[in-house]
Order: sequence, then structure tokens, then C-alpha cells
Amino acid sequence: MHHIYCPYCEETREEEEYSYTGEAHIERPKDPAAISDEAWADYLFFRSNPRGIHHEMWYHAAGCRRYFNVTRNTQSYQIHETYKMGELPTITAASLDQAAPQGDAS
Amino acid sequence: MKKYSGFSLFKHSLSHHENWQAAWRSPQPKKEYDVIIIGGGGHGLATAYYLAKVHGITNVAVLEKGYLGGGNTARNTTIVRSNYLWDEASKLYDHSLDLWKDLSQDLNYNVMFSQRGVLNLGHTLQDMRDIERRVNANRLNGIDGVVLNTAEVKEIVPVINDSQDIRYPVLGASWQATGGVARHDAVAWGFARGADSFGVDLIQQCEVTDIITEEGAVVGVQTTQGFIGSKKVACVTAGNSGVMAAMVGLRLPIESRPLQALVSEPVKPIIDTVVMSNAVHAYVSQSDKGDLVIGAGTDSYNGYGQRGSFHIVEHTLSAICELFPMFSRVRMNRAWGGVVDTCPDACPIISKTSINGLYFNCGWGTGGFKATPGSGHVFAHTLAHDEAHPFAAPFSLDRFNTGHLIDEHGAAGVAH
Repeated sequence: MHHIYCPYCEETREEEEYSYTGEAHIERPKDPAAISDEAWADYLFFRSNPRGIHHEMWYHAAGCRRYFNVTRNTQSYQIHETYKMGELPTITAASLDQAAPQGDAS
Repeated sequence: MKKYSGFSLFKHSLSHHENWQAAWRSPQPKKEYDVIIIGGGGHGLATAYYLAKVHGITNVAVLEKGYLGGGNTARNTTIVRSNYLWDEASKLYDHSLDLWKDLSQDLNYNVMFSQRGVLNLGHTLQDMRDIERRVNANRLNGIDGVVLNTAEVKEIVPVINDSQDIRYPVLGASWQATGGVARHDAVAWGFARGADSFGVDLIQQCEVTDIITEEGAVVGVQTTQGFIGSKKVACVTAGNSGVMAAMVGLRLPIESRPLQALVSEPVKPIIDTVVMSNAVHAYVSQSDKGDLVIGAGTDSYNGYGQRGSFHIVEHTLSAICELFPMFSRVRMNRAWGGVVDTCPDACPIISKTSINGLYFNCGWGTGGFKATPGSGHVFAHTLAHDEAHPFAAPFSLDRFNTGHLIDEHGAAGVAH
């Protein structure tokens, strides 16, 4: 079970207090009628689903009832950071690759 | 391939069963194949088998990063049924059920397919209305099904709690008598042995690290055993499909989630059918060994960890204990998770892609095992003719652009 830090409540609570609500940073097209079916489908259904670093939204259903973002590794389940809506992640797959020691065989 | 038979069993008993032919070869990969199938699980092996048997395409390699049938094929609860709501889905799953019936003879390998019937319980008035609607749809599609009331359910499963005072009382069920269970490992091994006998190369410990394309067409794959060329590459990689798609810059409408199952210690025969409940997320059957095989729900979040959360197991077991109070003292032996590829409409993707020669068979989510033979059969047709099998056509990737989704959450749900 995940222990998740809510950036609004500023407390670490158990996963059961939260609901997972999917990939983060997906922007709704400003004018849906103007875009192609493919672009609309991409917004509605297509997801990056990475094995590794994933930015996702959680909802603190049994707490402050607000949405926030989590940067989590979908392989190791390590939570790297949580941040408020509207903010950008400080940790990404690219930034972790750069931080990895040189000559790392993995 | 030497045939298995009663006589061969007797013959080999004379030499203490030490001279059986290996079920399949362990070949070195060739430089080039007509078709490469990525993923040596049930669906990938079935695809290879039917490609060779039905379409005569035998210059095929199945690349498996671990060992054959070691992914979701080994991690599911082995339930087979076809009582899906919509025409498209019921055709596909019933096609599969038809193949199951003769599979042991066809493969010369006992897959232990046992048509012991499947109950889908209803606990609310709305559940029962949905069940009636689904059973009616099934019967119109030629799939057997009946609606049962509480007393009739109790007759089939005497140990079920039929009290109307519990939190989710059993109001009735749908009953598909032709549904059942099969032996998951035998399915993978039978298809593997069958495919190998036609000359298909099954290459284990061979992880695909990149899919190579030139001018919008596939030319081969980079693997941990070097480059292997092919103009047709088929991904049958379940939970890892998103990772394969990302290698060529594609995205899929799929999210990978951990799904759990667990088995109890072996007990004497107590349930001779399959009991499922979508509403309380619990399903149970009893294996031939005597273990109660119990399936839980998926975790809510994306994960590739092949393990699930304790609170999901707790949720399922509380439902099991309410439905079967006598199971409350049974000890659980093992629990495990598999990574399932969930689709927004709970239906698979059997499709060509925008890249020539690249095909996907994925999105089976929480219920792919039942479809193993049918999935391989229609996907082999798609690969051989570069055109979708009629049963597979509605399951193209394009349905997400056109909006022709096949919403099977009611019949597929989480419970499988």
C-alpha cells in the first residue's frame, strides 16, 4: 500500500484515503470541434503508460477532497514527489537519467 | 513430433520415463523470419500455432524475454466463458469457446478443459435486470444462458450463503453451463509443442529491446540475442504493450495495472463450478488439486510490479467470507499479481497499426485467458492476409477514432 504525501494537507496518509485519477498534465483541447477525430481520440483514450517514471493525478477523497499530482515509478512503486495542481514536476524520467552515475550498465 | 497416447505412456514406462522427446526445441535465432511474434504467452503461442497450421506460414519465431507461459498465462484464474453482452464480443469469445472444446484433441495435449459451468451472481435489483438483459442477448447470439433465482443458485452451489440479511444478498445469477476452467500451463505448453512441431522457432530468454523501422515499415527487432529481421512483427505482450509501442513512437489506449489472484490450501471437493460476482469483486473455483482459486480486483493505479495491494485482497476475501462463511477458516497458500493491459471499453485490440508490418494483439485486460485459442486463431488470419479476420475487424485501433467502442464493462467488469 502506498503512503502518499498530500501537498495540501501536508501530511502522509495511506492509499485508501485517495483515489487514482489517471495520467497528469493532459490538457483538454481548447476547441474540440476544430480538431481531427484522431487528435480527440488521443486526448480521450491514448495514454503514455510508461514502465518507469509516471506523472499522475490522485484525489484526496477522504481528506481535503482536492486533486494533486504524483511522480511515481510504476516498476518500483517509489513515489519521488507530490506537487499541487498547476505546478510542474521537478523530477522526470530525463532528469533521473542525467543524475544516474556515468558508466552505469543498466 | 511423437504423439502422446496411452500406448506411448505404457511404452515409456518400460524405460522409467527417461526417454521422452523434449516437448519443443531450443533453437538459435535465424537472421530472418517471415513473421516474428513478440511474447511467448498463451496468445502469442496460439498465434504461432494457427499461423503454421491454418495458413501454412512456418518460418516464424516467437521471442520470449522470460520463459514460455510465465506471464499472465501463469497468473490468471483460468476461467473460460463467452457470455458477453455485445454482438462483436460474443462472436469473438464464443469462437474461442468452440475452439476450446476440441483443443486437447487438436493439440494432442490435455489442456484439462472442464465445462463445469459459470455463475455470475446478482446482488441488487439492477444487477438482476442487467443479468436478464445479458442472458437474453446471449441467447439471441446462440450462447447458452439462463437466469437463476436464489434457490436455484443454492441448488448448484449448496455451500453459498443464501441469507437475504447479508450486506449483498444473492438475488440470483446468470448460468452458462458450457463455461468452465482449463489448465493454464498446459494451454501454453500444448500450443508451444504444436507450433514447434510445424517448425516454429520458440526462442526464450530473448528480450526485444527495440523495433526497427525504415520509411514507415518494420524491418526487424533488436534483441538481447542480436538483430533479427522480419517484415512482419506482431506484439502480443499484454501488460508491456505500451512499452513496445513506445519503441516506435506509438501510443495505445491502454493502461497497465496489477491484477491479483490467490489460492488456498488444498481442501476436499466443495465447489464443482465457477462462482463469480462483479458487484463484490470476488470469484472462486476449485482446482483439481483442491485449492480454492480466488481472483481479486485490479489495483486502481498503473503498475508493472506483478504484485498487488493488501487492501484489494482484503476487500475480495471479505466478500468471499460473506458469500461462503465456511471458507473463513481456510488458510491461503499463495498470492500473486499479473500486469494486465486494460482498455477503456474492456475489449481487446487486434489490429494493424500506422506502421506497415507492425501488428498488435493486446488490451485483453483482466480476461484474456478464456480467449487464448480464439485470439490466436483470428490474429493469425490478420497476420497472414494483412487484413483483419471478420471477428477481429471490430476490434481495430481505429475504433477509438470513430467512436465505435464495444463497451463490455458490464460483462467483463473486473471479475474474470
